[in-house]
Parts: sequence; structure tokens; C-alpha cells
Amino acid sequence: MATAENEMMTGAEMVLRALADHGVKHVFGYPGGAVLPIYDEFFQQEKVKHILVRHEQGATHMAEGYARSTGKCGVALATSGPGATNCVTGLTDAMLDSIPMVLITGQVPTHLIGSDAFQECDTVGITRPCTKQNWLVKDVNDLARILHEAFYVAMTGRPGPVVVDIPKDVQFATGKYIGPEGIIVKSYQPKTQPEESAIAAAVALIAGAKKPLFYTGGGVINSGDKASALLREFVHITGIPITSTLMGLGAYPASGPEWLGMLGMHGTYEANMAMHDCDVMINVGARFDDRITGRLDAFAPNSKKIHIDIDPSSINKVVRVAVPVIADVAAALEAMIALWKQNKNKLDQDALNTWKKQIAEWKSVDCLKYRRNKDVIMPQYAIERLYALTKDMDTYITTEVGQHQMWAAQFYRFEKPNRWMTSGGLGTMGYGLPAAVGVQAAHPKSLVIDIAGDASVQMTMQEFSTAIQYKLPIKIFILNNQYMGMVRQWQQLLHGNRMSESYSEALPDFVKLAEAYGGVGFRCDKPDELDGMIKQMIDSPHPVLFDCRVANLANCFPMIPSGKAHNEMLLGENVTDEQVGTAIDAKGKQLV
Amino acid sequence: MKTHQTATGSAYFIDSVKQEINTHTLAVVAENQPGVLARIIGLFAGRGYNIDSLTVSETEHEKHVSRFTIVTSGTEKVVAQIKAQLDRMVLVHSVADLTLQGNFMARELAMVKVSGEGDKRVEALRLADAFRARVIDASTESFVFELTGKPDKIDQFISLMVPLGLVEVARTGVAAISRGPEGMKG
Repeated sequence: MATAENEMMTGAEMVLRALADHGVKHVFGYPGGAVLPIYDEFFQQEKVKHILVRHEQGATHMAEGYARSTGKCGVALATSGPGATNCVTGLTDAMLDSIPMVLITGQVPTHLIGSDAFQECDTVGITRPCTKQNWLVKDVNDLARILHEAFYVAMTGRPGPVVVDIPKDVQFATGKYIGPEGIIVKSYQPKTQPEESAIAAAVALIAGAKKPLFYTGGGVINSGDKASALLREFVHITGIPITSTLMGLGAYPASGPEWLGMLGMHGTYEANMAMHDCDVMINVGARFDDRITGRLDAFAPNSKKIHIDIDPSSINKVVRVAVPVIADVAAALEAMIALWKQNKNKLDQDALNTWKKQIAEWKSVDCLKYRRNKDVIMPQYAIERLYALTKDMDTYITTEVGQHQMWAAQFYRFEKPNRWMTSGGLGTMGYGLPAAVGVQAAHPKSLVIDIAGDASVQMTMQEFSTAIQYKLPIKIFILNNQYMGMVRQWQQLLHGNRMSESYSEALPDFVKLAEAYGGVGFRCDKPDELDGMIKQMIDSPHPVLFDCRVANLANCFPMIPSGKAHNEMLLGENVTDEQVGTAIDAKGKQLV
Repeated sequence: MKTHQTATGSAYFIDSVKQEINTHTLAVVAENQPGVLARIIGLFAGRGYNIDSLTVSETEHEKHVSRFTIVTSGTEKVVAQIKAQLDRMVLVHSVADLTLQGNFMARELAMVKVSGEGDKRVEALRLADAFRARVIDASTESFVFELTGKPDKIDQFISLMVPLGLVEVARTGVAAISRGPEGMKG
């Protein structure tokens, strides 16, 4: 990087310079009064490409998708007031899923701050709980340092979003630019190397296990490719079965011999039963989220737990563990593998075989089994076909939130990390479409598919226009069941099937909508036409809205009902024929 | 190693097990930058933790460092979370649990205004002397006492002043430091 000592420039120039110095290639943003000086600088340079969104929330999700699919920091830009408040959902989403993001916001000039000026809001106040750190820059001479600190904080330790709020007069003012070299935040230097004693205790515990299980999460993805490679190696040399959270899919390949599928509320029967019965649980970069644990007092009751996490506040937050390992996942796994090899550790093979036999029995339940239908597209079938037709391609998948998201997690099989972008912690409907735009910006040649629902996709539909503008050929694959499916499912399970406000009345014609935006629309409602139309979608060089009409009342199973333990799963086959029957009838009516 | 399963709060499970609630005094050293206080208070408010007392002041001007003394209460688990959540904040240098480390001193300053005449006035002055409170303002019918000490000593003094014409009280909140030659252990 170019040294920049004592270079004088305006605040707005500093912003562009700092972005370039951090290797930022894309910024997702929307102009407005308080950021005009920065936009003027965008106009005069070519290093950083600006992508104009349609709503600032879209910019934040694009930055998230960009970050998650590249391992780099996502960058978004918004004006003061409503521009900043529109970003709050994306910031909170990134906070909960530990996604590195730098959001730059404009602010009214310093002399107007606090006067309720036009488009003024307390941006640092509003975003404080949903950022790792945020700054209001009052002096242009602090700006370069703060921008570099912002990237450092977003990317260091447990990643997360940060906000730099820059008043308009600071953007105009001239000051000294310093380069990013050596700029850290002294008070923030998280420990990444594990304690030797913790590694020794963890390895000893694993070596003595009879029913061990890996439970891995988004921390493996955040740690980087090396962590995924080490995880695969550790699983390979120990032969220990592995399950993962929603956020961790892809760290271990779905085709791997020890893979049990996702765990948790809509996880597989074998993964959840194995969690319940294991004697040593190795949590690698996951956080015992409530979608995972179910009823806590019955959570893996006979297990000793190892927890690898870079964030000390995750340790014992929800579940008390025997061996905490506070470290970066890759560093911890590397140390554990080295010690395992050095000790020439080997698991009790008889016990392991018995354990795997038990797991094979659970697997034989075939918990993802669903009733096929030749007249109506089952949502599970749609994902299965989408997977079959795209698995050999360079594919990235994003999702919205709801039933389609769970079906995607169950039926789309991920072989590599960073290929799966979904809103796990916050559960943000409307995440997937803009996230896909961000992913496609980072990977212009790849196939980027947003597996969407008819309700979710409408929350950020306007970003389809962004995809058109920048010729980003994202594919929006809508599992259209004309309901907020997960809401309806819960109403059926919990509220006497009273479908209060969960029917998607007055849905747009998605094909016409795609065409109105200048994209391509497909509609498919027959199982035997699905493959052909998916192929057409893949082959299209344009952004596509694919309206896949699926069975309206299908439920997402298996499921751990509220307040139940892992071994009390509701399997799909528990659902009566009558219910499935009505689902098809209703669908039939809709199709005619 | 401890493997005992402690039930905790969850979306699916309401904790019915009552755990002991203890008071802890925490010392927190942080960058003296705008927003640090707001972030710390926001943590307590947002996650539902208790603040019994909070004091803060810059302690090392050259290093731009402030020291917070926070008195909080909660179960062992909650207090451990509070410390971890404070410690992971970007601008926090270190967190020490003085209660857990033991052997520390906590002091508070109070200004106590008492108004009265005759015997009550004499009695107030006599008690103030017994508590080593100083008179920092006086009029013919009032005193303002300045008193430093442990919080419970101040509580006691205030309660004694009630029947003698207590008008108002200003208290600083607790400042705390460990005994002995060592500095703060993070």
C-alpha cells in the first residue's frame, strides 16, 4: 500500500482513499444531502465501484452477502437521518451473525448536531446496540485513523458491523491523511491463540469418548478456509460424526462420510438424536442458540462439552461447558490436531462402531422423507431438483427466512464454506435478494441463487432493479405457496389452524413483475416441467424471478416443537394423510 | 472439571430454579472516549442487568483512560456474563471483579443537608462529629455535612438525620480499589 504520510486532503477524499487502501472493490450505497461530498469523490475515481441500491437496508444486506461469500469486509454507505435508520436492520443482522461490515453514514454539519436539523438523527445513539463499535467523527484529522480502526474492529476477533458517522463539514474540511499501516485499537486485541492446558484437556476428553460428536457453527466459516480444512482433517483422523448449525453449513462437506446433516429445530433426526445421546460434544464456533438447544434442561444431558469460541462471552452464556477453549477456530483446531497426532490418540473403535451403528439406525428413519406428488410441486422436490441441476456448477445460495430457508438447508447440500448466505440469528425476511446481489457483485461469473418465499421476497423486491442496473444475473427462486408458510405452520401447530393474516393475498404476478423491472420471469406449476424451466433459468444471462408454485400447505419437518428436547422430534410421517390431502386439494384449487 | 448442568433462561424454558443473588463490585478501565459510558449503560439496560451504583471519572489524563466502578447484583452466572460482555467491548481495557478477588475498599461521598433549630440542631452536630462528617455550609437554621465512608455508614448517618430535619442528600456512588501494593488485575 502507498504510504500517505502527511498527505493533505479533504474528508471526502480520505473516505475514498481509505477504502482503496483497504482493498475495497465495491461499496453499496444510496446518496443524499449529507454524503454528497463523498459521492462527488466517487465520481472522480475508478478504484472503488459504487453500487446504487434502492433502499439502504438492501445496501447492508448486499454488504453482508459480499462479506460472507468472500471472507472480506462488506462496505455500505448511507446518508444521514432516514438513510442511517434504514440500515439498522442490516446492522443488527450482521451483529447477530458476526458478519464484518463497515457502514459509513453522513451526518448534518457539526454545528447543527443536536438542533433537530433536516435529516438529522442520533446515528451513533441509534446504532450503538447493533454495532461492535461506532464513531462520530468531529475532526477531519481523526477521520483517517477512525476509518482504519473501523476496518480493524469489524474484522478482528469475532467479526461484526461498525458505523462511522461523518458530518458534512468534516467531509469538506481538509486534514492530514495517515495510512492504515499498524493502526489497531489498543484496547481491543482479542486472544486468538488457545491456552495449552485447554487444548490438552479437550484432547484428553475426546480421546476418552465413546459417543463423541462435532457440533460446528458459523465461527468455522468466519475463521476462514483454513479452519474448514482443519475441521475436515480432524473429523477424518478421528472418525467422529459431525453436525452443524444453519450458519455453519459447508464447513464440512455434505458428501463427507461423517456428515449427519443440520441440527436444531428443523435439523435431521439423526443429528438431534446424536446430540441428545452423545457423551462428548465438541462445539466448534457455535453458540448454543435456542434454535439448536431446544429445551435446555434436557439438552445433551449426559455429555461433557468442549466449546471453542473466539468470544469469551459466549462461554457458559447459555450452556455450561466442561472445557472452554477461547481462541480462533483455526488456531484451536490446529493445536488439537497436533496434540492428537503427537499423543498418537485413537478412539475406542468398538465404542465408536457401536455409536455409528446407532446413528445409522436413526438415519434409517429417513426423516426428510416427504410425500411425492405428480400433479403438484412439493417444495422439498423443488429444492432437490434445484440442487441436482446446479451442484456441479460454481453456485452460491442465499435465502430469505421461513419454510423455504429450512427446506433449502435440509435439501441443498453444501460442499464448501462461504457458499451459503442466510440470516440465522436475526431471521430477517428480505435478506436473500439483496444478499444475492452482493454475492453476485463479488462473483460475477458464478451462479447466484436466492431461494426465496413469496412473502419474504417482497420485503426487498426493489433491489431486483439494482440487479438489472448492474447486469448482475441473480436467480430468485421463489417457493410460492401463497402463505407466510412458517407463520401458517406455527398457527396450525399452535393456534388451532387459525391462519390469522398469514395468507399472501394479492400476490403480484411475479413473471410480469420481473418483466416490468426489465428482467426475466418464469412460472412453473407442474413437477414434470420443473427441470426444464430450472435449466432455462440457469441459462438465462439476465436476472430472473422464478415463480415456483408449490403445495400450499406443506409443513417443514422434522421439527422439535417448542419446549421439547432433541429426542422428542416431530417427524413428517406423524402428520396425517388428511392434512397432506387437504394441502394438495387446496393447491389444486389454486392452480385451476 | 465442573459438568453440572445449570438451567438458564431460554425462549423455550422458563427457569424455575432460584439461584442466589449476590452483589459484586466491578472495576472497569476503558478508553476515555465519547460513547463509552453510553455503551456500558446500554449493555446493562439492554440485557436486563442491575446497576446498584455506577461512578466514572478520567483517572489517567495522558493515556485517556477512565475508571468505572460498577456495583451490580445477580446470580453467579449473570455476573460472569456481565464481566464477559464488558470485557469484549472494543474500548474496554480490563475488567476486575473486586468482590471475587476479595480484600478491597469501597467508599462513597455524601453531602447531607439538615435543617432544624434548638436541640435537634445540637444533636445533628453531635452525631456528625461522631461520624466524622465535616460541616461545609452552615446557616442559622441549617447545616450541610460532608461525609465519606462505606455506603452502609452513609445509609446509617442519613437515617439518623431523618428525625433531625433531613432536607436532601447528594451521593457520589461508590469508588472502589483493592488493598496492597498490586495494581488492578484484569
